[in-house]
Amino acid sequence: MNRFKAFVRKEFYHIFRDKRTMLILFGMPVVQILLFGFVITTEIKDVEIAVWDKSKDEVTQNITNKLLGSGYFKLVKNIDNEQEIYEAFKKGEIKEALIFENNFSKNLNTKNNADIQIITDASDPNIANLIVSYTSAIVYSYTSELNANLKIPMQIKTESTMLYNSEMKSVFMFVPGTMAMILMLVSAMITSIAITREKELGTMEVLLVSPLKVSQIIIGKVAPYVVLSIINVITIIALAMSIFHMPIVGSLSLLIGVSILFIFMALALGILISTVTNDQQTAMMISMFALMLPTILLSGFIFPIENMPKILQWLTIIIPPKYYINAIKDIMLKGSDLSYIWKDVAVLLAMTLILIGLSIKKFKIRLE
Amino acid sequence: MRTIFFILRKEFKQIFRNPMMVKLIVALPIVQLIVLANAATMDLKNINLAIVDNDLSTISRQLVSKFEGSPFFTITYRDFSEKNAQESVALNQSDAILIIPTNFQKDLLKENTAKLQFSVNAINGMSAGIINYYMQSIIIDFNKKIIPEWKAPTSDMKKIKNISITYAHWFNKELIFNIFMVPGILAVLVTIMGMFLPGLNLVREKEIGTIEQINVTPIKKYQFILGKLLPFILIAFFELSLGLLVGVPLFNVPVIGSYFVLYSVAGIYLLAILGIGLLLSTFANTQQQLMFLSYFVLIIFILMSGIFTPTESMPKWGQMINYINPIYYFMKSLRMILLKGSGFSDILPQIYALSIYAVLSISLAVSRYKKTI
Amino acid sequence: MEKVIIVKNLVKKFESFVANDNLTFDVFRGEIFGFLGANGAGKTTAMKILCGLSQPTSGELSVAGFDVYKQQDKIKANIGYMSQKFSLYEDLTVFENIQFYAGIYGLSNKEIDERALKLIEKLGMQAMRKKLVASLPLGWRQKLSFSIAIIHKPQIVFLDEPTGGVDPITRRQFWDLIYEAANDGITIFVTTHYMDEAEYCNRVSIMVDGRIEALDSPLNLKKQFNAENMNDVFIQLARKSKNKE
Repeated sequence: MNRFKAFVRKEFYHIFRDKRTMLILFGMPVVQILLFGFVITTEIKDVEIAVWDKSKDEVTQNITNKLLGSGYFKLVKNIDNEQEIYEAFKKGEIKEALIFENNFSKNLNTKNNADIQIITDASDPNIANLIVSYTSAIVYSYTSELNANLKIPMQIKTESTMLYNSEMKSVFMFVPGTMAMILMLVSAMITSIAITREKELGTMEVLLVSPLKVSQIIIGKVAPYVVLSIINVITIIALAMSIFHMPIVGSLSLLIGVSILFIFMALALGILISTVTNDQQTAMMISMFALMLPTILLSGFIFPIENMPKILQWLTIIIPPKYYINAIKDIMLKGSDLSYIWKDVAVLLAMTLILIGLSIKKFKIRLE
Repeated sequence: MRTIFFILRKEFKQIFRNPMMVKLIVALPIVQLIVLANAATMDLKNINLAIVDNDLSTISRQLVSKFEGSPFFTITYRDFSEKNAQESVALNQSDAILIIPTNFQKDLLKENTAKLQFSVNAINGMSAGIINYYMQSIIIDFNKKIIPEWKAPTSDMKKIKNISITYAHWFNKELIFNIFMVPGILAVLVTIMGMFLPGLNLVREKEIGTIEQINVTPIKKYQFILGKLLPFILIAFFELSLGLLVGVPLFNVPVIGSYFVLYSVAGIYLLAILGIGLLLSTFANTQQQLMFLSYFVLIIFILMSGIFTPTESMPKWGQMINYINPIYYFMKSLRMILLKGSGFSDILPQIYALSIYAVLSISLAVSRYKKTI
Repeated sequence: MEKVIIVKNLVKKFESFVANDNLTFDVFRGEIFGFLGANGAGKTTAMKILCGLSQPTSGELSVAGFDVYKQQDKIKANIGYMSQKFSLYEDLTVFENIQFYAGIYGLSNKEIDERALKLIEKLGMQAMRKKLVASLPLGWRQKLSFSIAIIHKPQIVFLDEPTGGVDPITRRQFWDLIYEAANDGITIFVTTHYMDEAEYCNRVSIMVDGRIEALDSPLNLKKQFNAENMNDVFIQLARKSKNKE
């Protein structure tokens, strides 16, 4: 047992003495959460627009002011022909052109109808879609004001409640994904690289001929990363709660419990990768493309799985972070308890057991 | 010149002798394009709706069937209890709830107004906004349609003012998300090849010690650096071409701009990021350190570049950071050239920024490289 | 005799630590010059300065007739170097390594082919010509490293602990290669830990704490210190060190 303690101590020294790596490992979650919280947003703000006002009357002026006053749009230039729109799009100066028809106010008063044409730069289709819906909503509310004095029968009013995230902050969705990503990075990627590094430098053989058992070597190697990962989980949760006021509705201990399960899964994955590679570069490439990419793309982190093509949806079944993100999202935001998320937890548990079994088997085969 | 040739030959042999590397060079663009371009979609294809119809009137049934008929909505849950419906959202069985209260029809006809309630799962704020908008539009539409069915026109109704909005989406009529993602992926691909690999390669020589042997030979630093960088410039161009070759037909990307402009900008960009990669490599002694360092820088730069999200919505300080983010400029130019046919004159600001970047990063890297190795 | 290395009052400081404290010595053309010292005595530092890998703090130095401060490029073209770290590319073949290093020393294609052929023949490596260096045993790699370090026929070759970790028979063969090179007129500047190897040198210098404490032929040194072999000489000098381990 003393032997084992000495070994684990050595592993801790190794990791905690490399200041640069330490800085990155602890800095990474902080920077990522701040980025997702403050910078990466799917909302629109200050979208650059151009106005082609063929009528230049009071109403068109009011509508324009209302649009600009909303904070969603920013007027870059006034234009008076279609060629200008095309040029401005090509230079990337504007994303939307708003065209008021001739005699706008007059038409509205005499014919009760006036036309606005919106042209969007749909090379970014998301923004184009949002621009149209935001512009329409603002114009619609303007018309409602115009008609406010009229008695119109059968008015359906609506009232929307935004469940779990009343301000629709995008950071709430990104926190669980960032946790999954960081844990994958620290537990799987770095573990696999650290073990292959010992192989590359030849120090692994020294360990293997020592009286330590294989299981002890593995546990000793991964122990520091377990500690690191748990520290990272706590950092992320603390940041999310303090800076972004993210509520943790559910049980904190369940959240940490599920995270630890995920950490074990990731560690097993890391060990497995290290058994199939001999050099760090390969280990890193496999980790990057087999772990990080799916964690970012196929886990529902940023892009909802329901929107993907069927084939990719099937592919997500074997992506462990998907279950983890699902489970902790529900715990944090919906306050779900184990009875709601048991399916995700069960899949994660099964995956962990299979991966641990597989990696021990592979590790042994390599020794013989 | 001959010296550089010898270095180049050695580098190419080493790169192509590593089977992992070859697989990576060929498979990376294809897999990334197919998976990324398909996975990274914000298009809402289907919204699962729970309906609580406590009115069960003619109008409420009409409204429900209106939702049933919409291609965006699938009704996955019906109940009379609002609580149960919320439970279905908690279990991820539905994304939104439409609640029609008792006496909805009665109120509408007698009081002239009645209220509907939506509850939307807003964990994904962006989807929630769109779902809300779709629901509102359907209701507004429905509202307009039922009035003449139930009521005789009044004088006020003739006075209703209406502003009709027509819209046209240029450059991407059907708002297909894939064609927006393809240039983004190409930019990331070129970045990984240009920034990551040459630095890694250099540090590897440091780690295994061969760099010392090189340093006692009469090779000039610039010859060595050039010999290290050129293969990756070529590989990066190859990746870009392969990506275009696969991605353009696969996703029907309309290539409006000129390939000449595209490749020229890519060339300037490559110089800039090769400089950064080189600079980073002078800060690391082992491959492991460099991997973490590059990974860290890359993640920040890629996420901020606007690959998935609009850069204009970032706070001011975020946009300031983007001034030093080369991927931001390249991402923007690539999309402008490919999708909008922008020419040199349209992307001058980006070209200037990248050129300054290239000069600065390379001269900084070379001067630091001289001191450290 | 012609001097190929002239060192006068060489000082190298790393901040307050003095690695080389006022070294003065000459090396003559064609001799085998042993550069000895305990770990940390400052051997590698001095050697790196002579190879142009690092700059001295002060002192006058000339290598192969060129000034160490101003003519590093000319020096590099006229010396060879073999480091204690293994310096061949493991993922290139024997021939490709030769071709690469000969190429960057500016040999013509014809010369490269000729010398590679001769080298491979001399080492008896015909069968391994197209094998990756990674698959060679350590002994073979060391001999190959040395042969490649002198492929461009330099005036001087610097060897930094070239025989570390090699079996006695291979060491013997390695020294045969060194003698052969010396016979061809190449000056050998070698650091080593093995005192029996010191006996093979024409002259030996022994460094202690950054200073040269003795410099002469092995025979004279043994007389001077009244010792039976170089090992005794070395131990007597090393005892003077202030930073004993």
